[in-house]
Amino acid sequence: MWKWLHPYAKTERAYQLCKTLQPWFWSGALLCLAVGTVWGLAFAPQDYQQGDSFRIIYIHVPSAILSMSTYVAMAVAAIVGLVWQWRTAYMAMIAMAPVGAVMTFIALFTGAAWGKPMWGTWWVWDARLTSELILLFLYLGVIALYGAFEDKQQAGKAAGVMALVGVVNVPIIHYSVEWWNTLHQGATISKFDKPSIAAEMLWPLLINLLGFALFIAAVTVMRMRNEIIRREIQRPWVKALAQKALG
Amino acid sequence: MNRLWHGVVKRELALAYQQKTELVQPLMFMLMVVTLFPLGIGPGPDTLQRIGPGVIWIAAILSSLLGMERLFRDDFQDGSLEQMMLSGIPVSMIAAIKVFTHWLVSTGPLLIMSPLLAMFLNLTVPMYIALLCTLLLGTPLLSFVGAIAVGLTVSLQRGGILLALLLIPVFIPLLIFATSAVDSAALQLPYHPQLAIIGAMLLLAMAVSPFAIAYSLRVSQN
Amino acid sequence: MAGLVANALTCIKRDRILFENLELTLSQGELLYLRGPNGAGKTSLLRLLTGLSLPESGTVTFNGTDVGAPQSGFYDASLYLGHKSGLSSTLNALDNLSYWCAQHNVPVSKHMIYDVLERVGLVGLEDIPVRMLSAGQQRRVALSRLWLKPATFWLLDEPFTALDIDGIALLEAKFHDHVSKGGAIITTSHQPLSTRAGQHRVFDLEYRF
Repeated sequence: MWKWLHPYAKTERAYQLCKTLQPWFWSGALLCLAVGTVWGLAFAPQDYQQGDSFRIIYIHVPSAILSMSTYVAMAVAAIVGLVWQWRTAYMAMIAMAPVGAVMTFIALFTGAAWGKPMWGTWWVWDARLTSELILLFLYLGVIALYGAFEDKQQAGKAAGVMALVGVVNVPIIHYSVEWWNTLHQGATISKFDKPSIAAEMLWPLLINLLGFALFIAAVTVMRMRNEIIRREIQRPWVKALAQKALG
Repeated sequence: MNRLWHGVVKRELALAYQQKTELVQPLMFMLMVVTLFPLGIGPGPDTLQRIGPGVIWIAAILSSLLGMERLFRDDFQDGSLEQMMLSGIPVSMIAAIKVFTHWLVSTGPLLIMSPLLAMFLNLTVPMYIALLCTLLLGTPLLSFVGAIAVGLTVSLQRGGILLALLLIPVFIPLLIFATSAVDSAALQLPYHPQLAIIGAMLLLAMAVSPFAIAYSLRVSQN
Repeated sequence: MAGLVANALTCIKRDRILFENLELTLSQGELLYLRGPNGAGKTSLLRLLTGLSLPESGTVTFNGTDVGAPQSGFYDASLYLGHKSGLSSTLNALDNLSYWCAQHNVPVSKHMIYDVLERVGLVGLEDIPVRMLSAGQQRRVALSRLWLKPATFWLLDEPFTALDIDGIALLEAKFHDHVSKGGAIITTSHQPLSTRAGQHRVFDLEYRF
C-alpha cells in the first residue's frame, strides 16, 4: 500500500518532489495569507468586548496550532525514518524543526502582545503560554542536539529519538501545566478559552490557518532541498544539476 | 541468570564502589543548591516551608542531571559497552540494569540526606513523608527517561550542558506533580492522585525507555 | 551460505561514501588480511560485520541469517576486538576478564584466567587496576580473550598496536594455530603479516573521494 512512497527515500527523487511542490505551496500560502489577513484585519467585525485588539488571533491562533502540529509532523517523520531507515525522512524532520520553533516563537510573542491590553502586563503564567514556552524548549533541544553531531546522519537519528520523547511528553506537559495553572491561579479566567466565535470572524481565521500551514510546507520543502544539496554535494546528480544551473 | 548477575550487576556495583567520590559529588551539589535558597530569599520559616518542596525537587533534578553523565560515559569510552553489546545479552536488558543500579547507588545517599534538607527548609512531618514518597517514585523516572538522552549524547565531547537542555523541559510534569503532592500534604489534603500519576509515568518509562536507550546507544555506536 | 558474508554493503560516513556494493566472504579455516590506507573504512567495515553499526544498504549474514538477529548465533561464535580495549580502567585485569566472560557466557574459573594471563606474559599484574598497566600490557589483557572464549570467528581491528616483538610473535602463532583448527580471522594491521601467521588472503580497501 505504501510502495508508491518508497522511491522518495532516494534523495534525488525527494529533491525533485520538493522542487515540484515548492511553487504550489508558495502561491497557495501567499494567496491564503493575503486574503485571510486582509479580511481578518480590515473587514471582520470588531469583538464586542476586546475591540480591535482581538484581531491578533488571526496570527496567534494559527501559529499556536501549527507549532504543535509541526512538532507532531516531526515525530511522524522520525518514525518513518526509524522504521524504514530513510535518510530523507530525517532530512524532512530537521527541515521542519526551525520553522516550528519560529512558529512557537510567533505564538508566544503575539500571546504576550495580546496579554498587554488584556492583563496589563506582557507576561502572565497562563497555561497555554507556558506550554508554548516549554514546546519552544523542546524544539530548541532537538535543534541543539542535531547541531552537536558532526555526522549528520547520526545527528538525524539522535534528533529523531529526542523528537519522539518530546512528542510523548507534549500532552503530559500540556495537561500538567493546565492543572498546575488552575491550582495556582484559580481566579484568572483564561482569555484563550474557546470563545464562541461568529462565522464572519471564523472564516478569515480558517483561511489564515491554511495559509500558515502552506507557508510552513513551502519553507520546509525549500529547506529540505537545501539540506539534500548540502549533504549530497559529492554525488554525480548534484554535480550535473550544478552544471546545468551554471549553463 | 549468572550472565546478568555476575556479568552486569556485580560489575556495575564494583564500578560504583570504585567511583564513590563521583557518586557523592552530585549530592553535595544538591545540598549546596538547597542552602542557597534561604540565603537568597530570606530565612523566614513560612517562606521556606512554602518554597521548600519546589526547591528540593529542582535541586534533585539538577543534581541528577549532573550525576547521570557517568551512566554510560566510561563504558562507552573504554569500549566495554561495545563488548557488552556483542555479548548476546539484549541491549535493552543491559540498559535497564545499568539504569537501575545507577539509581540504586545514587538514590540511597539522597534518601539518607533528605531529612536534613527537610529540616533546612522547615518542612512538617507529613510534608516530609510526602516528599519521601515522591522522591522514591520520581527519581527512578528521572533516571529512566534521562538515560535516553545520556545514550544519545554519550559520543559527544561536550555533552553535559546539552543533556540539561534536552531533559529539563521533559522533567517539568514530574516537578509539577511532585511539588503539588508535598503542597497537598502541607494542607493535610490527600495526595495519592499525584503519586498515582507519577507512578503511571514511571511505569510507562520503565516499559518503553530500555528500548529507546538501546536504540540511542546503537546510534551512538555508529 | 556458510560463514560470515557481506552482501552489497554500502557505508556512508559524514556524507562521504566509504565503500559501495562491497562483497566479502569469510569462511572457516581462513585468515583474511584487510588492508587499506587511513580513512578507507577498515574499522567501519569491521563494525558493520559485527552488527555494531548498520550499513546504508546491503546485508551481513552469518550462516544465512542476519548477524544482528539473536538466532544467528553469531555472538556466541564470534569475538571482536576493536581499537578500544573494552577494559574498565578502574578494575583489575582479573575482574575485567571475569565479568567479560560472564557476559559472553564463557564458563571459566579464576585459575583459567590466571593461566591465560600467565601465557600472555602478565604474571603478577592480575590485581592492579588496568590504568596502571602500560599500553602494551593493556593490549595483552584485551587479547587474552582470544584464549578464553572458544569463538570460531575473530574480527580484530589493529590487534598488533602497542605490542612488542614477543607479543607480535605470540599473537601470530595464535593466528596460525586458530586457522589450522578451522577458525576464521579477519584482521587489519599496519605492518604486513609475517610468515608465522600462516597463509592468508588479502582484501584491499581503497580510499575514495
